[in-house]
Amino acid sequence: MGLWLLILIPILAAPFAWMGQQWSHHAPRWIAIGALAVDCLLALLLGSRDHAVQASGHGAWLVESHIGWIPRWGISLHLGLDGLSFILIILTAFIGVVAILASWTEIQSRIGLFHCHVLLALGGVIGVFLAIDLFLFFFFWELMLVPMYLLIVIWGHAQRRHASFKFFLFTQAGSLVLLVAIVALALLHQQATGHPSFDYADLMELTLGSEMARWLMLAFLIGFLVKLPAPPFHTWLPDTYTEAPTGATIILAGILAKTGAYGLLRFTIPLFPEAMSDFTPIVMGLGVVGILYAAVLACAQTDIKRLVAYSSISHMGFILLGAFAGTELALQGVVMQMVAHGLSTGGLFLLAGALEERYQTREMGQMGGLWSVTPRLATMALFFACASLGLPGMANFVGEFLVLFGSYATQPIMIILVSFGMVMAAIYSLGMMQRTFFGRQQDTRSVPDLSNVAFGTVLLIAVLQIWLGLYPKAVLSTTQPVMEQLVRAAGALPTLSHAPTESLWSSHIVALQGDTP
Amino acid sequence: MISLLWLIPVLPLTGFLLLAFFGGRLSRWQIASVGCGSVGTAAVTTAIVAADFFRTFPDQESYHQTLWNWIDTSGMTVGISWYLDALSLLMVAVITGVGFLIHVYSAEYMAHDDGYARFFAYMNLFVSAMLTLVLADNLLLLYLGWEGVGLCSYLLIGFWYREPEYGTAAQKAFIVTRIGDTAFAIGLFILFTQFASLSIQQVQSRAVEAWPVGSNLAMIVAVLFLIGAVGKSAQLPLQVWLPDAMAGPTPVSALIHAATMVTAGVYLIARMHHLFALAPMVQEVIAVLGLVTLLLAASSAVVQTDIKRVLAYSTMSQIGYMFLALGVGAWSAALFHFLTHSCFKALLFLAAGSVIHSLHHEQDIFKMGGLRRHLPWTFWTFLIGAAAMSGVPLITSGFYSKDWILWSVWSSPISHRWIWFGALFGAMLTGLYSFRLIFRVFFGEVRTQPAGEPGLAMRGPLVVLAFLALTVGFLEMPHTLGNVTVFSDYLSHALPTTELLPGIDESSEAREQLAVTVAALLGIGLAALLFLPGSLFTSRWADQSTDHPSMTLLQGGWGFDRLYDRLFVRPWFTLTRYPHDMLDRGYEWLAVCGKSCHGWMSYTQTGHVRWYAATIAVGTLMLLGLFAM
Repeated sequence: MGLWLLILIPILAAPFAWMGQQWSHHAPRWIAIGALAVDCLLALLLGSRDHAVQASGHGAWLVESHIGWIPRWGISLHLGLDGLSFILIILTAFIGVVAILASWTEIQSRIGLFHCHVLLALGGVIGVFLAIDLFLFFFFWELMLVPMYLLIVIWGHAQRRHASFKFFLFTQAGSLVLLVAIVALALLHQQATGHPSFDYADLMELTLGSEMARWLMLAFLIGFLVKLPAPPFHTWLPDTYTEAPTGATIILAGILAKTGAYGLLRFTIPLFPEAMSDFTPIVMGLGVVGILYAAVLACAQTDIKRLVAYSSISHMGFILLGAFAGTELALQGVVMQMVAHGLSTGGLFLLAGALEERYQTREMGQMGGLWSVTPRLATMALFFACASLGLPGMANFVGEFLVLFGSYATQPIMIILVSFGMVMAAIYSLGMMQRTFFGRQQDTRSVPDLSNVAFGTVLLIAVLQIWLGLYPKAVLSTTQPVMEQLVRAAGALPTLSHAPTESLWSSHIVALQGDTP
Repeated sequence: MISLLWLIPVLPLTGFLLLAFFGGRLSRWQIASVGCGSVGTAAVTTAIVAADFFRTFPDQESYHQTLWNWIDTSGMTVGISWYLDALSLLMVAVITGVGFLIHVYSAEYMAHDDGYARFFAYMNLFVSAMLTLVLADNLLLLYLGWEGVGLCSYLLIGFWYREPEYGTAAQKAFIVTRIGDTAFAIGLFILFTQFASLSIQQVQSRAVEAWPVGSNLAMIVAVLFLIGAVGKSAQLPLQVWLPDAMAGPTPVSALIHAATMVTAGVYLIARMHHLFALAPMVQEVIAVLGLVTLLLAASSAVVQTDIKRVLAYSTMSQIGYMFLALGVGAWSAALFHFLTHSCFKALLFLAAGSVIHSLHHEQDIFKMGGLRRHLPWTFWTFLIGAAAMSGVPLITSGFYSKDWILWSVWSSPISHRWIWFGALFGAMLTGLYSFRLIFRVFFGEVRTQPAGEPGLAMRGPLVVLAFLALTVGFLEMPHTLGNVTVFSDYLSHALPTTELLPGIDESSEAREQLAVTVAALLGIGLAALLFLPGSLFTSRWADQSTDHPSMTLLQGGWGFDRLYDRLFVRPWFTLTRYPHDMLDRGYEWLAVCGKSCHGWMSYTQTGHVRWYAATIAVGTLMLLGLFAM
């Protein structure tokens, strides 16, 4: 029941937030923050109840809830919480609160409706992280999309119609492919056993013909890659992130992108390990292309939000790279990168939004020299620029380096290529600082510095960044059993079985990870 | 008491945090106390730790302390752990000691700057990162310090952020060194995949077991580490950032770009000496790189007009000597030159800062002159620094360290004779450019009226450093002169002793030393001939503003900037000129197609019944025709 509460609290609080507008301006905000805080506490309670009993083997969850729904089609209300979903739910609630705090001054019209949509979207996201019935998963997958669309189209900036339409079309096309594959899986289950099933555990045991598995895997892959996003499906992202209101951008970048990554880890890899193995180099290659291509484009941007948007795509490439590297270390890096990316882009978009709110422009050419005008904003931007360029001691560094360390064993050439991304990250991050905060002042209007609320928020994110950067155990130990399990599930990957040789690039770590008991 | 080791990097970090959060609310006096105090207490703590360390020293060569496990997952265990041995203690002592003096100096030098708290915050953060670098027990923590000092260097070069050129210089420094850091990181990936560990000691002992001397992997990793080291230490081919880095305040140049950070590469190679010993070819490359850098930089230093750029090129050149020593396996000699260099170069920068300070931020040496009488303290300390740098025999520390290096080059089995001659020529150039500065700045007529001597907070560090620049050399004296081996005995517990060619005797050592002495004095004499006002050739050389192409080439540091501009910078800017996403074009095209299809379809919706009836009829006929077939 606790799991249902996790989903229902934000969804049920949503109408209250809408109504709250009648009482006061701040009522919807406080209701939303309250709901998310309660949710976060509940998740902590559920997750910490028995860490020790984290069982291994499939279908073993920390907490599980199974209620029948439509037995004829094999659909049930099946939720499960494990280390991975636990971390992501905490992240969702936290980034949700950040998004609300970031919209404190920006959103002044239809406040109630705004927070209602935020809560609905977050409820959908939490559902996505919990559902282990594929039909239910798809339901939540769509549920989060609609309020997101409305958030962009109602409260967005000048080009919002174009952007929201593009966002909707891309994600909906991805969902459609996913839906076909989900239904096909259920029908294949019927062929094999006589009754259809959408249940994760049932579908795991299904053996598929290699041709069929490949097509279904591709569908599952594309559906999630669009969300992640990875090239060539990423082009909706810069438009959407720039035109959405700051709060929605934070949710999109901080959480919604993670649903794609979560889908890859939860479904694509374990459901089709054999079919996946042929595609591993291609998908990892996409990750590499994403990292470098987006980094080059980030360097070319003059619009600060587009710069952050492309840097965000670049960082998501590490997730794709690590997810398919096939080593536990890389997967742990992926988890860390998901959390770190949520925090760092959340912070960066908050600051970029604050700049836009003050100067009514996103063009960095019209800023410059703001260090003395808005010292708080500038200092925090410097901090997050450092996080974004992968400075050690911050969470991003741990995520990226674990991915790189973990993937080097299987794809050394790719990792060497990706390393050039580190130089580019320095170029665009420092370039952003130089053009906005250093140099000569272009716009001499005096503007207020970050408000206490906003400053407190980014400071909190910064503290979390440092904490997780120096003590990543908080996240890593929670997800380690899940990742161990995942490596075993994907154990058929041929890269893992290649023996250590005297060749330049091979190593014994591969073998070492391959036969962990 | 040795367990206080963790406090050494933490104290400056605390100073940084205090200044970062409360800097705005503190008075200047409080800011300076926090800034200098934190580094000062770190220095005192170092002394306490060192005292405890030496109680058991030769028996127990190292001390290890783990604070917590940084990363501990899936086969990777990396701690926040410190490792103290003879080498790291030496580094820590220099960083905290010289660092403290420079902080004290800055308290007065920066007194009228708006960003007083910011300055000390960055400086404290730097010291903390640098201490982390040298105390790290594993390569990942070392990398943390390595990137941390890079960040602080960036922040301090661009400290006066309103000047766009300074910002460019800062970015250049960060990005060029980042290229080296990336190579270093790839080296870490290889080492970890091979040995499943990142601990410096463990990795090296496993490497020695697993890799034969000259094996491919050892060479590759050594080369990658070397690229990292040359980036940080401004050696060829990644040296271009250092002259521009002089945009920062002068104490920054003294601390970061002379005494400590730029020698991180030397430390890295010395720390990983087992690894480099497995790659003899890479060691030869180090020696050659060092030699070429020291000659190029020294020749550029001779023609610079900006006092700080002269010192920047001289730093490159002196670090070239350290690399040369590392390359021929004279580990201790390299570290000894590091020790003396950090004293005399910090002194030179601080003295130059004092000159700049009193001349209202004038840095062109052609607008200086005759300051000897007006700034006696500065003059004498500068003179001691320049003498030490040129290696004036017997009384200066630079003589002993440079002589040791040259002697090692002469007698090392790895080296070649022509390397020694090159280095000797470099010693001559050193004397030339050092005393060119002295004669230009302190002799002749007064061109810019100075404001007077600096106060006590600036003079104190100058005097202490001048004392050190004269005396630290006595820690190690050659066989022919006193035969003191305190330094090499001490470091022999962390670094291997230098191999000498068999059959080398004292008489050849004396002859070699004579050559070094003559070279240094020749350089100084040449400088007197050319630049001392009133001497024979001065009139011809007084005005160096010739546009001769060779002069421009030298002044521009042998044209590397222009080369890199053509090769990398311009192509990069061409690549990033258009902010449009090419992949988006495809989707846009799809949208355009959809729109035009929609347009065509809407043409059929004319509202004429006859038209509709006709299409229905044609359609029916076509369908019937299809069925009929």
